[in-house]
Amino acid sequence: MNIGVCAKISPHADARIKIKSDGSGVDTKGEKLVVGDYDEYAVEEAIRTKEAHKGAVTAFTVGATSDEKLVRSGALALGVDKAVLISDDAAVNAGPLGTAKLLAAAIKEAGCEIVFTGKAATDDGNSQVSAMIAELLGWAQVSQVTKFAIEGTSFTATRAMDAGVLQIVSGSLPVVITCEDGLNDPRYPKLPDIMKAKRKPLSKIGAGDLGLADVAATSSESNFAPPPPRPASRIIEGDAASAAQELVRLLREEAKVI
Amino acid sequence: MKTALFDGYFDDSHDAFRDVCRRFAREQIAPHATEWEEAGAFPRELYALAAKAGVLAPNWPEAYGGGGGDVFHGIVAGEELQRGGSTGTVVGLGSLGIALPPILNLGTDAQRQRFMPPVLAGEQIAALAITEPGTGSDVAGVRTRAVRDGDDYLISGAKTFITSGVRADLLTVLARTSDDPHQGLTFFVVERDMPGFSVSRALKKTGWWASDTAELAFDEVRVPVANRIGPEGSGFLALMQNFEAERLMLAVNGHALAECAFDEALAYAKQREAFGRTISRFQAIRHKLADMATQINSSKALTYASAARMQAGKPAMIEVAQAKNHAAAVARDVCWEAVQIFGGMGYMRESPVERLARDARLLPIGGGTNEIMREIIAKGLGV
Repeated sequence: MNIGVCAKISPHADARIKIKSDGSGVDTKGEKLVVGDYDEYAVEEAIRTKEAHKGAVTAFTVGATSDEKLVRSGALALGVDKAVLISDDAAVNAGPLGTAKLLAAAIKEAGCEIVFTGKAATDDGNSQVSAMIAELLGWAQVSQVTKFAIEGTSFTATRAMDAGVLQIVSGSLPVVITCEDGLNDPRYPKLPDIMKAKRKPLSKIGAGDLGLADVAATSSESNFAPPPPRPASRIIEGDAASAAQELVRLLREEAKVI
Repeated sequence: MKTALFDGYFDDSHDAFRDVCRRFAREQIAPHATEWEEAGAFPRELYALAAKAGVLAPNWPEAYGGGGGDVFHGIVAGEELQRGGSTGTVVGLGSLGIALPPILNLGTDAQRQRFMPPVLAGEQIAALAITEPGTGSDVAGVRTRAVRDGDDYLISGAKTFITSGVRADLLTVLARTSDDPHQGLTFFVVERDMPGFSVSRALKKTGWWASDTAELAFDEVRVPVANRIGPEGSGFLALMQNFEAERLMLAVNGHALAECAFDEALAYAKQREAFGRTISRFQAIRHKLADMATQINSSKALTYASAARMQAGKPAMIEVAQAKNHAAAVARDVCWEAVQIFGGMGYMRESPVERLARDARLLPIGGGTNEIMREIIAKGLGV
């Protein structure tokens, strides 16, 4: 089976997010970068699918040329066989739609039958690219998948919907599977595999190599700002009964939430 | 601690492996560190978990189940696992690092295939048994005897202060096969279920609480010749080779432990208030922290440079002896000052620096004492 996985390099979830001084986005300079949280589940699921059904996994990343190191340690060292890093200036500045166009073209060229993606990027959390890839390729997409299996050319995916409701979706390949927290438990890379990952094939290409001229962002982002600081907490004194009464009063009269 | 001094020794594979070790320490050790230290043991299953994650034996040959890494991958694991907050757990997991080298260096391929894979997979625990109730640094004084009896040897004697000895499945035991002080020593692998072998007692220690330490008794333990490592008399030289790696890892533990204490002290100084400001704003504390940071970097620099010599296959006995002594002194001083910065809280069992200060006391004693290290260094000076 020819399996693809999209992995975005983003700041570590523990990173203290800084905003660029001109408010145009997140400043990742000096931050620890990794394969995004949800993308980790996608990488793991792609590798498990390969282990169960044979074949090979290709990772696709749109990002900076310096992302190579992180694609190697966060995907190739875990069992992904090869990687495509789309990293020219046009790619780096592409918006969600442009990114999806680049990824869809690369996936098509690689001949994948199934592609795993993360539910959302750790940094901007747009959740747009997966659906766009499916649309551009004319494939089905299942989002927020917490359980997944393939049999022959058909698949069964469980979606986590709101309020704990699960939806089971069946269909046939090709498909884009967008992975949710809890789908699997991502493995640790083994040291021998970390070292072998240095020699696995990774091709750096640009938008032009995929025959795409215009992938510029169709919208612009500005005025990023940190969330307002949390006001100091208040402690309500007194015995339980009177404290509860005071809490209800404050929630109703001051916070106006009940 | 933020420092940009040491990039040259570590490449991308070390960085990626550091992330793995850090994740393992955070997920598998840190949540239980206090419980294990107080209980005096960590679960046996941790060996297999560590092996599965690839952090148990990073710089052992892949052919036997190791990670195939270099000296610096081993250093990365030593540094990062310490961040889990339990030195006892780190050294307990690490006992294979001193128990297996004689088998790797002197053993036959059959012996390596038999003894090493189960240990490197975390299924069996290995320990090194050298020290005796009557002899420590003076290894030539080993009295445990191995007497040839047909196709076997009968081993009798006692060993003490044996790290992981309470639970070990196999022990690399140094025993006397002739009266020659140095040429009469030979290594044997003693297996736990061999009749005549017993654990006399589990020892209580100043630090390293989560690591089990044993006194062992050998009462005519029948050990087949197949368990003799190398020819008779080859033990002393093998032991000397073993010491270099052991001392390097103790030096690494010294700066790793000091860095943990420093990080705790720095964070505490930045939030603890006295006389209307955080104590980090008092020069007495700021300068203490500055000295601690400098000491830690000096220890790392010396240890990494010694490790680089080992990595290059150059003799490093003297350099490693210097690194170990320096690291032990740095760990002692930095932990002492960290407790001082914590004040009364630093003397309480619930503070992390109290534990680290106790753990640091081992470093000038284990793996060759401070005084033995200085003898090695002095000999190198021709005096």
